[in-house]
Amino acid sequence: MQLTVWTYEGPPHVGAMRVATGMEGLHYVLHAPQGDTYADLLFTMIERRNKRPPVTYTTFSARDLGGDTAELFKNAAKDAYDRFKPEAMIVGASCTGSLIQDDPGGLARSLGLPIPVVTVDLPAYQRKENWGAAETFYQLVRALAGPSAPAPGTKRPERVEGARPTCNLLGPTALGFRHRDDIIEITSLLAKLGIDVNVTAPMTAKPTDIARLGNADFNVVLYPEIGAQAATWLQRTFGQPFTKTIPIGVSATRQFIEEVAALAGVDPAAVLEASASRLPWYSRSVDSTYLTGKRVFIFGDASHAVAAARVASDELGFKVVGLGTYSREFAREIRAAAELYGVEPLITDDYLEVEAKVQELQPELVLGTQMERHIAKRFGIPCAVISAPVHVQDFPARYAPQMGFEGANVIFDTWVHPLMMGLEEHLLAMFKDDFEFKNGAQPSHLGAGHAVLRDDAKEQPAPEMIVQNVISVPAAIWAADAESELKKIPFFVRGKARRNTERFANENGVATITIETLYDAKAHYAR
Amino acid sequence: MTVRMQACAASDAVREDTHLTIRQSGQREVFCGLTGIVWLHRKIQDAFFLVVGSRTCAHLIQSAAGVMIFAEPRFATAIMEEKDLAGLTDANIELDRIVTQLIERRPDIRLLFLVGSCPSEVIKLDLSRAALRLSQKFSPDVRILNYSGSGIETTFTQGEDACLASLVPVIPPTVASECSLLIVGSLADVVEDQFVRLFESLGIGPVQFLPPRKSTALPSVGPNTRFLLAQPFLADTARALEERGAQRLVAPFPLGVEGTTRWLAAAARAWGVDEALFEKVTQPYRARAQRALTSYKHELAGRRIFLFPDSQLEIPLARFLSRELAMELIEVGTPYLHRAHLAEELEMLPAGTTLSEGQDVDLQLDRCRAARPDLVVCGLGLANPLEAEGITTKWSIELIFTPIQGYDQAADLAELFARPLVRRARLVA
Repeated sequence: MQLTVWTYEGPPHVGAMRVATGMEGLHYVLHAPQGDTYADLLFTMIERRNKRPPVTYTTFSARDLGGDTAELFKNAAKDAYDRFKPEAMIVGASCTGSLIQDDPGGLARSLGLPIPVVTVDLPAYQRKENWGAAETFYQLVRALAGPSAPAPGTKRPERVEGARPTCNLLGPTALGFRHRDDIIEITSLLAKLGIDVNVTAPMTAKPTDIARLGNADFNVVLYPEIGAQAATWLQRTFGQPFTKTIPIGVSATRQFIEEVAALAGVDPAAVLEASASRLPWYSRSVDSTYLTGKRVFIFGDASHAVAAARVASDELGFKVVGLGTYSREFAREIRAAAELYGVEPLITDDYLEVEAKVQELQPELVLGTQMERHIAKRFGIPCAVISAPVHVQDFPARYAPQMGFEGANVIFDTWVHPLMMGLEEHLLAMFKDDFEFKNGAQPSHLGAGHAVLRDDAKEQPAPEMIVQNVISVPAAIWAADAESELKKIPFFVRGKARRNTERFANENGVATITIETLYDAKAHYAR
Repeated sequence: MTVRMQACAASDAVREDTHLTIRQSGQREVFCGLTGIVWLHRKIQDAFFLVVGSRTCAHLIQSAAGVMIFAEPRFATAIMEEKDLAGLTDANIELDRIVTQLIERRPDIRLLFLVGSCPSEVIKLDLSRAALRLSQKFSPDVRILNYSGSGIETTFTQGEDACLASLVPVIPPTVASECSLLIVGSLADVVEDQFVRLFESLGIGPVQFLPPRKSTALPSVGPNTRFLLAQPFLADTARALEERGAQRLVAPFPLGVEGTTRWLAAAARAWGVDEALFEKVTQPYRARAQRALTSYKHELAGRRIFLFPDSQLEIPLARFLSRELAMELIEVGTPYLHRAHLAEELEMLPAGTTLSEGQDVDLQLDRCRAARPDLVVCGLGLANPLEAEGITTKWSIELIFTPIQGYDQAADLAELFARPLVRRARLVA
């Protein structure tokens, strides 16, 4: 058993729902108890979808367990077919459904429905949402595209002379972070290179579209967490190579353009030349000087976290002080990236561990999921969201991709916006006792009610935290004058100053912290 | 799929024969009982709820809560893994480890509920024995109880019923010989305070509440306890209290002016409160509430409403909407119909009201679309899809998370139904 307060990922059948809900013409029949229908609201409320997810739940109850739950499943599948007339169906069980061992696949086959029925067996007690999405997509691709696979060892035929190169976009699903807009951005980028999109899947695809995945020249894997497994199979089966670069940030987008151009055999020069993101100039403009070396903590799914670290470090000039992921399946990628920035990789799906790390590192900006947004809010640290899981406000009405050149613009705006502007930060530091710049003053461009920056939130752990982690027990005592000097330090760095001074005092055997100790420590930790 | 439409058996007491009840079985689009933890953990402020379940359970509570309001809430899930399913001995050892870890982390906790889930029920993990075992270990600092919030046994608000029923055996017996009033069912603190003032003016008391705000301040119960249900979904809790000798005061539920008045009157009768005093105390409240309701009545009168099953509040709500706001009831769905506790309510519904118990959501949606109601009360999974079809909706979960009981909330309750209609009328784009 694992004690869990908040979970980054849902169970694997929610991953299957994300695939089914993103697609058209596919129906999912799920052997699940009453209550599991909660998952519908993820799509209808968080993503504001205007249709119910294409899922039929058997909603068995305790009374049914004594009777014939297999019959219940068969009736549900039959009724779902009659009502929704899907092109194909996936069947499976949720965590409880799998315990009663009714074999949804066998039961569905026994109905002899005139459509492809794909069984997705998802080990609910071992795996999680992204794995479930990847597995479901892979099973669908195998089942639907498999019949048109060439004989093993067949060489891929050359593209017809003069025909435009084509690719598939793999990985986007319902409830994904900005998948909706990334598809548009990347499709238009590819069009500029003269490359057509054969199929985008799972999102927007019909089962009949999945069946023709093999027609494309190569695959673009937008979200490896969901698309890589299918892409690997397509490579093996149809000889389609696939992309490795995630086009998030300006340099990665340029690298991606070169990668796809090579796969498609087109010249990227014109597109690279014309490539227009405002990020590089905005980042170079003097107003951005204050971004230099801002300490940033990054956590999310592996692909988004690694990409965010690169943008933060190389394109905004931040200092990456922490990097982690909840996707254990992609731990290797995070370890490699963490080494690049000289930080300890944090691979965990325990929200409390992430919280403790943020508290310990005291970053100036947190880039994370909706969970880190809560952590950051609690500690009064500015935050931007870079990865699923996300909440309703992360499905904006406007066009807001993460990928491509427009994605880089969006990233510049969203990451810089929560921060205090440069001159404002200085003024606050200089005129600490100005009556209008009281403790808790916040960036003037953010209205009241935005994440309130409170120094006591940094300095005094909330009651729940006390038991949990006492990072350092200060042996040194603060002299009154040092304490009041500390209060002159801007509140948003005061917590760090206190911590550093205490650590310095402890390490140097200083029993009483004086004003001098404070400035000694400041000099010691100066960066 | 079975469809049975039947007029209910005749009964002089409740005149149910005037209503038509639809019973269908099929997909039930409802929450399970674990959802109750979302409000119960705020209500009982020193209690912790540990769900023994799967990742689905953890994800459900997190999603039902809608947002992560509280950085570290007083609920968590002990997520079972493959090895816990293999051997129950190991599962018990694991559970003990988790509980120990939890209590070390949260020494402020005085009451811990082990909450059963679908998977724990299916593998027959005996949480009552675990609770007993762990109680011995952590007594007297922490009391450990258990109940089931599993979807195979409970629907949404039945989770609160199961939770409160598990508290009844540990409620101390009454010592005083005088009668005391127990209000049963979670109410917003502000509503409790209003009721306390009203009962005081009526000379009714002492008044206690279940659940209490602190587990260390449990009410007492005995043969001289009279209890009023504040919520319509407390069948097991009421039975457990009756087994302790307490007597339920028969009343409708305190929704709307009429419901609140009759609910208070039930207590007034039991305490022999003079009718003139009752009139004098309640009249200003009734008048104020009715004044507040006027504008909403103007908005809602004659509008046709369809209620999907959700919280079991549907029947008292329908009674309020039809009698005090003159709305027309098309269908009133409820996950379960507790005929005894709802007898007064059913009697007050207009003759011929169509009720439905249980659900086949697809067939119910067909009926709903065919009826083209002005307003549909439904869960979060259905609301946006119906809105997209041009049908105005009110999400039912708000009726659980908002103070709606009592005189001063009657207009707030009406406003919840009026707002979607007002909004739709306002939007031009």
